Amino acid sequence: MAKPSFLGLLLIAPALIMIGALFLYPLGFSLAAAFTEPGGGLSLTHFQKAYELYSTDILFTLFIVVVSTLLTGLFSIVIAGILTLSETPWLIATLRNLYRWPLFIPFIVAAQCMRTFLAKNGLMNNSFVALGLMEPIQTTSFLDWRGIIITFVWKQVPFVTLMLAGAMASIDRATIEAGRNLGASRLRVLVELVLPQVAQTLLVGLVLSFVTMLSVLSVPMMVAGSQPTMLTVDMAFRINSYGDYATANALGVISYFMAGTVAWIYLRHNVKREVQA
Amino acid sequence: MSGKSPSPPMSAALDLQRGRSTVPPTSVANARVWALGSTALKIAGLAIFAFLLFGPLANLVLWSVAERWYTPFKLPVSYGLRYWEVVFRPTGDAMSSLATSVIIACLTVVVALAVSIPAGYALARLKLPWRTALMILFLLPQAFPSVAIYINVARVFYSIGLTGTITGVVLVHAAHGLVYSVWIAAAAFAAVDRDLELAARNIGASPLRAFFTVTLPLAAPGIMASAIFVFLESLDEFTGTFFVGVPQVTTLPLLLYNASMGGNYQIASITALILLVPSVLFMIVIERFLKADVLSKVGQ
Repeated sequence: MAKPSFLGLLLIAPALIMIGALFLYPLGFSLAAAFTEPGGGLSLTHFQKAYELYSTDILFTLFIVVVSTLLTGLFSIVIAGILTLSETPWLIATLRNLYRWPLFIPFIVAAQCMRTFLAKNGLMNNSFVALGLMEPIQTTSFLDWRGIIITFVWKQVPFVTLMLAGAMASIDRATIEAGRNLGASRLRVLVELVLPQVAQTLLVGLVLSFVTMLSVLSVPMMVAGSQPTMLTVDMAFRINSYGDYATANALGVISYFMAGTVAWIYLRHNVKREVQA
Repeated sequence: MSGKSPSPPMSAALDLQRGRSTVPPTSVANARVWALGSTALKIAGLAIFAFLLFGPLANLVLWSVAERWYTPFKLPVSYGLRYWEVVFRPTGDAMSSLATSVIIACLTVVVALAVSIPAGYALARLKLPWRTALMILFLLPQAFPSVAIYINVARVFYSIGLTGTITGVVLVHAAHGLVYSVWIAAAAFAAVDRDLELAARNIGASPLRAFFTVTLPLAAPGIMASAIFVFLESLDEFTGTFFVGVPQVTTLPLLLYNASMGGNYQIASITALILLVPSVLFMIVIERFLKADVLSKVGQ
């Protein structure tokens, strides 16, 4: 079986054609639309226009996605850490059954939940008022950048935690026991012994979350309607209101660039790891 | 917002630690207070976590049975199932959206499996050039900011008359779901014991017969899992349908979006609950379908 199997190529061809027609071709289309000027030559004029109109939204998008990714990482580490290191069986069992719930909940359903939950008179503020933590007059709506971040974190933490807890469960328990026996606190064991061994999994989970959050249209549209907003909403607006494909695609290329940067960080980390190994 | 952090149990653990080192071992009463305090903190932490996890869902359920709810009332003014009747009325928008969604999801599964069972088998068993690159190619539609892709798909589809058609939406959903169906199918085929195929061939089965009577049935649970993934992905898909399906194709997520933006929270919440049912069911049964031996081979 030295030479590639003709049958194999034949079997995989339909799937490849599908990816080519429905992903690679539109991708080329978007690059072409973003970089060519009406006359036909290459130019960056669309990027200039995109930057003039949407520079705030570009920064806003970056801010939302970076903060959400970092918070997702933090909460996932805490939950997975408790699942791995806690010595209270009932705590582990309860947490394990709780944290996974949002895992397969669609973004649009999460957005609708948060749209009501985080509103000025939503269940969250109402609960705080009922518990006496807050006066009705003090309540504020969270339906802005905070709402987007909360929704993203709520939705992505179970996914990253699932990956992370799986990776933590498969590391050698002896290293943890050794650290504990030498008197290290659980927090120190988590940070210095467990995390370095699962860093790869954490990074994969966070990179996937980053790109996912960059692509979601429903959450910024439904959770925070006003300006500033995320690039996905701007793209939809450019298309639906003006049929302006050039600027929309320039914004698209900017979002590819953001996703590409994270992918590059991931690959560089991988290469470094392989060189060390 | 940071209340989501279940840090109280963590700090409880630390407190316990500190307590151990500062309190003399003879002071049993003191230790008991520490233990109680730590348990109380753990329970409080879990309660906050559960509130943040289920609060949004509880709000959704409340809205679905609220007939009237306005400020300053903390809970609905009157409850009832009137809006459920509106949604489940056979002639209503919701039922036709549900039907559209299910038809699209089923067709998407058929299309995705039709291309990914052969592709998965080839990736698992046959020699292919640049195998890793091919695997990554299927991941790309998921790993790319998809809005920019969909607006161009919509543009291409418009020129060939596929926008606003079920076919167009099914194609978009299937391409998006290919990473699940191809990767999981490849893993499922890779997990089938090669000796069993060889045994079938040795007693005279043709390659095709060995595939259909031995390999495919053994890989079936994994392929079933990938089918469920693709089905759910299609059922929940919003962005692609938003660009390619409008205005003729209204799936449940689009109905939810329109109802919610129109301020009709009852209809939006009931639609959201309908979408939740398959998602939650899947979360509960996923481990039954995706066995560890298949999971360990996904993406390889």
